[in-house]
Amino acid sequence: MTTNLHLWLIPLLPLAGAALNGLLGRGLSKRAVAIIGVGFPGAAFAWALVVASRFVALPFERIPYTEYILPWIAAGSFQANIAFYLDQLSLVMLLVVTGVGLLIHVYSVGYMEHEGGYYRFFAYLNLFMFFMLMLILADNYLLMFVGWEGVGLASYLLIGFFFLKQSAANAGKKAFIVNRVGDFGFLLGMFLLIRHFDSLNFADVFKAVSHYPVETAGAGLLTAISLLLMVGATGKSAQLPLYVWLPDAMEGPTPVSALIHAATMVTAGIYMIARSNPLFSRSPIALTVVAVIGCLTAIFAATIGMTQTDIKRVLAYSTISQLGYMFMACGVAAYSAGIFHLMTHAFFKALLFLCAGSVIHALSGEQDMRRMGGLRKQIPWTFWTMTAGTFAIAGFPPLAGFFSKDEILWKAWSTTALRSVAGPALNYTLWTLALLTAGLTSFYMFRLWFLTFFGEFRGGSADAHGHGDAHASHSPHESPGIMLGPLVLLAILSVFGGWAGVPHALGGSNRFDQFLAPVIQSSSEAMSAGQRAGEPQPEAAEEHAERNAELALTAASVGVAAIGFGFAWLFYFKRRDLPARVTAVLGGIYDTVRDKYYVDELYHALFVRPIVGISNFFWRDIDVGVIDATVNGAAHASQDVSDSLRRMQSGNIRSYAGWIATGAALVIVYMIWLGAR
Amino acid sequence: MGEISTIHYLVVAAALFAIGTIGVLTRRNVVIILMSIELILNAVNLNLVAFSRMHGQLPGQVFSIFIITDAAAEAAVGLGILIAFFRNKETINADEVDLLKW
Amino acid sequence: MNPITNTDYVTILPELVLAAFGLIVMLVEPFVTKGGSRKPLGYLACLGALASLAATWYQAGSPYTQGFFKMVLVDHFSVFFHVVIALVLFVALLGSLDYVERQHIRAGEFYALMLFGAVGMDLMSSATELVLIFIALEISSISTYILAGMRRRVAISAEASLKYFLLGSFATGFFLYGVSLMFGATGTTSILAIGPQLHAGGFNPLVFAAVALMFVGLGFKIASAPFHVWTPDVYEGAPAPVVAFMSTAPKAAAFAVLLRVLFAAWTPGWFWPVWISAALSMTLGNIGALRQTNIKRMLAYSSIAHAGYLLVAFAASKAADTAGISAAIFYTAAYAAMNVGAFLVISHLAGEGERFVAIDDYAGLSRRQPAVAASLALLLLSLIGIPATGGFFAKFYVFSAALQANLVGLTILGLINSGIAAYYYLRVIVVMYMREHPAEHEHGHGAERITIPEGVALTLSVLATLYLGIMPNRVLQLAIEAAKDLLR
Repeated sequence: MTTNLHLWLIPLLPLAGAALNGLLGRGLSKRAVAIIGVGFPGAAFAWALVVASRFVALPFERIPYTEYILPWIAAGSFQANIAFYLDQLSLVMLLVVTGVGLLIHVYSVGYMEHEGGYYRFFAYLNLFMFFMLMLILADNYLLMFVGWEGVGLASYLLIGFFFLKQSAANAGKKAFIVNRVGDFGFLLGMFLLIRHFDSLNFADVFKAVSHYPVETAGAGLLTAISLLLMVGATGKSAQLPLYVWLPDAMEGPTPVSALIHAATMVTAGIYMIARSNPLFSRSPIALTVVAVIGCLTAIFAATIGMTQTDIKRVLAYSTISQLGYMFMACGVAAYSAGIFHLMTHAFFKALLFLCAGSVIHALSGEQDMRRMGGLRKQIPWTFWTMTAGTFAIAGFPPLAGFFSKDEILWKAWSTTALRSVAGPALNYTLWTLALLTAGLTSFYMFRLWFLTFFGEFRGGSADAHGHGDAHASHSPHESPGIMLGPLVLLAILSVFGGWAGVPHALGGSNRFDQFLAPVIQSSSEAMSAGQRAGEPQPEAAEEHAERNAELALTAASVGVAAIGFGFAWLFYFKRRDLPARVTAVLGGIYDTVRDKYYVDELYHALFVRPIVGISNFFWRDIDVGVIDATVNGAAHASQDVSDSLRRMQSGNIRSYAGWIATGAALVIVYMIWLGAR
Repeated sequence: MGEISTIHYLVVAAALFAIGTIGVLTRRNVVIILMSIELILNAVNLNLVAFSRMHGQLPGQVFSIFIITDAAAEAAVGLGILIAFFRNKETINADEVDLLKW
Repeated sequence: MNPITNTDYVTILPELVLAAFGLIVMLVEPFVTKGGSRKPLGYLACLGALASLAATWYQAGSPYTQGFFKMVLVDHFSVFFHVVIALVLFVALLGSLDYVERQHIRAGEFYALMLFGAVGMDLMSSATELVLIFIALEISSISTYILAGMRRRVAISAEASLKYFLLGSFATGFFLYGVSLMFGATGTTSILAIGPQLHAGGFNPLVFAAVALMFVGLGFKIASAPFHVWTPDVYEGAPAPVVAFMSTAPKAAAFAVLLRVLFAAWTPGWFWPVWISAALSMTLGNIGALRQTNIKRMLAYSSIAHAGYLLVAFAASKAADTAGISAAIFYTAAYAAMNVGAFLVISHLAGEGERFVAIDDYAGLSRRQPAVAASLALLLLSLIGIPATGGFFAKFYVFSAALQANLVGLTILGLINSGIAAYYYLRVIVVMYMREHPAEHEHGHGAERITIPEGVALTLSVLATLYLGIMPNRVLQLAIEAAKDLLR
């Protein structure tokens, strides 16, 4: 029995859509553009579903399934083809990308209704899908790199979609250039792979790698390659210190933020690391670096997220923080947990972005949360779906975010993969920071939730500020059905999506982990049994103890989520009407109120001020002051060098002749010295 | 006095080459720069002829005839370019050739 | 002595064809009506370029033929470069048809000199005799000296020509001095004979000095640092289609000569000079380009940087391995494809008297001329080295070869440099797509639609860039064959 999956259809369909809209879209009606723009990715999703059903039925020995399309390049014994590669990992990614992608396309039909360049927008969006699917389905690093750069390019086009907005143009440029830094690592990693394995094929490389021992003794070849690939991943997945482009990228239209900067493109780095797990698993040093970077990014971005006032920027920092979680998961060799979180995150973060878009849409372009409030009545659909997303990301059971985040926390606590580099202290540190991040996440998400949907509407003066939009004078209005449909579907996924991976400790069987196991397994064989992280152990008593530990940790993470909720409730819901109450009871039961006030003051002094301070420190001093300044400073410095170098180019013939003669003299002297030796 | 050997020719040629190079670097008059370049070419000719005699092979001398021919062509083109330049800027001072820079 | 036979003439057939067409263009010019369109002359020249392509095709049937007492060698190497040069010539000629009319350039001389220049370049890639290489070099150089000054009444054009001429002859002097020393050390001027001679008799110190001097002379022609100083000035002053031609074809030819001199003869001692020159060229070129406001000047600096990337491939070359050399050969083709197109866009948009060559003049181009803007954007992305363009694979091969050859430092430097380079290429794209031109609605500015010949030329360049980016294998195999023949 030969099953042909026709994988080539999946990337080709969006490409066809992009070509149709890009070339002919200008002359088509909006309706036709929308049908093309949504239809082709829709067909790709449909085919992906067919592929999934056939894939499951494939006999074991045919997985990973490869589909050879075209010969591409051959130089000596090195060869790379245009070929597609499907295993459990790429299947998960495939479904997430086409599925969430399709929903976001549908949403965009409504969201971009009033924008110019409708056809161009869909052409770019489809083009993005094409490159993203190439990235996922590639059977070698080189083809993956083509997709990798392609999604960057498409994202650059989409960020700069509001062409004439200077900030958008700058943001696009920044994204592009920061990603070049990452590409530098990716390319060097590839060159090293070619050099040592003479191949970039996943299958070949991983097979060759399987003969290598784990580099416990120190850094070796695999560590070097892994670290270089990781540099590439930090750029794409917005990790410290290369995350700077992502918050700025929010200049693009909101569906773009949802699709590219939350659900798909930014997870490419995670996917790449998970894909390369045989390499990473053999290098505890690289794993440790990945884990530490991920963990630091998670907490760093979460603290910044607490004080942002722009609704999309909160979500942007939140995305960086969640990506940090996924990075950390890969770093503790819990690749399937990372991919699991990638999937649930794609659901709830896309949902949150789309809801934010709906809120922005309702307020005719307002993004500042200080001018929102009380919207739950006006836009109930958005409110309820966003509520699902918020509780999911905050990690309340039994929503999607709870299971995936919990899995990562547990693996961070229990993994032994990093033992050759650091003791259990590292585990506990990672876990503590990650737990803290979970609390902060809950806090800033509920802050957003309360500020947006509760209290009084504070945006009345928006009209006076003259948003040139015709809608500006309208009161907040709910989005059309075509935008709400995707919200509802994503909300359902955010609620139930996590049930694919219910851990053993909670009575589930973690089907997700088992499904991905073959992809990860191949690498783990190299590790000694003791190093297999977090797997059920044979001893019944031990298993029981472990299960208790896991349950305790779960309780802790739910606890911090609740605490985060509590603080947000206190500061952004309850305390808000405090000033009014103080005035009301001014003559009466003064002391009690004052005591209460002191309590609030105490809270303020003990928690709020330091937290806001830390957050501002990270944001203003580190984010803006150091990292941005380094990026900009490097640009300025090279421009200064450029200016001084221009002086070399004096325009004077004799000085030019002088340069040539000097160069000649140096070469001649060197060569004569060489000859006389 | 010993007999004049190849090395003597080479030294003279090297000196000519150096004089030519220094001429290009120091003279301001474009015509003199052109002449300095001719000096360099003549240094090459001298080298070639001397080596040709040393090896007892003709290619060197043939080569030098080609160089002489080429030098003539180059001089013609060079002066033509110089005249075109002079028409625009009314100068043949190399230091005033300075519109294009940085 | 064996008489000259027909096979001898076949070995220089493309050159003969080009020379004949050049003469015909000059002879026909007086008969073209005064004041009438000079385009027929241009079409004639285009025909010449295509005829030389056909001649090369004919030659390719019997590779590795020697002619004229082993002075000329037709092999995969020379055929590869002949094809590149003929295509560049064809595209540049097509692109200059309207330019020549617009700028009131003497058409007869212009087209004839382009053809004669190509004769020299073709010969440079097939000559295996230093005397012939020198003559070919001079044919190519003298033609381009004059072409650079074709806008005679424009001061900067005349200045560009004068600078190019003076510095070029100066550098040729170095090259010749090197050749004379090589002759002295080995007693022969044939590259194919020099190699065995060198390796049989041990290295005479003269050989080292000779290689140094020849490297200086050729380094000037390929515009590698520190012999690059002329490039920005000359590219800025010279007419844009001429720059399209001379930034690609003579460079490719000079690279061919350098490859022959260094690797066919396998001369000693070149490694560190090449290494340092590559590092300097990449760095100086890219950093110099950052602050340029004139797009021609910016691309001039960029061409210096690209010469640097190419030299990286040189440094990565080994006697037994074709990886570095074939990467260099592939790079010349890819670079020619993208650069010729970029300069043709400049030539198209420059307007009468080349008034619009500032990067700011490209503001809003995406709305005025979307197809042109998209083409230029693609070519610039290729110059950056984005996948699916020729520039990506060119760089990929070069740096991959460099790392195989253990040139870790040079590889890292090169990748850093291509990161810096993204910045200034991108600036042009940003200006084209994301900024509005203040005089957008004014009539006249850049409003002329692209003409059919210009459009065809640009399309060819874009298609070639894409072809090399999406299906690079065929050209890569040809480059590998060429490298094998070179090392034979």
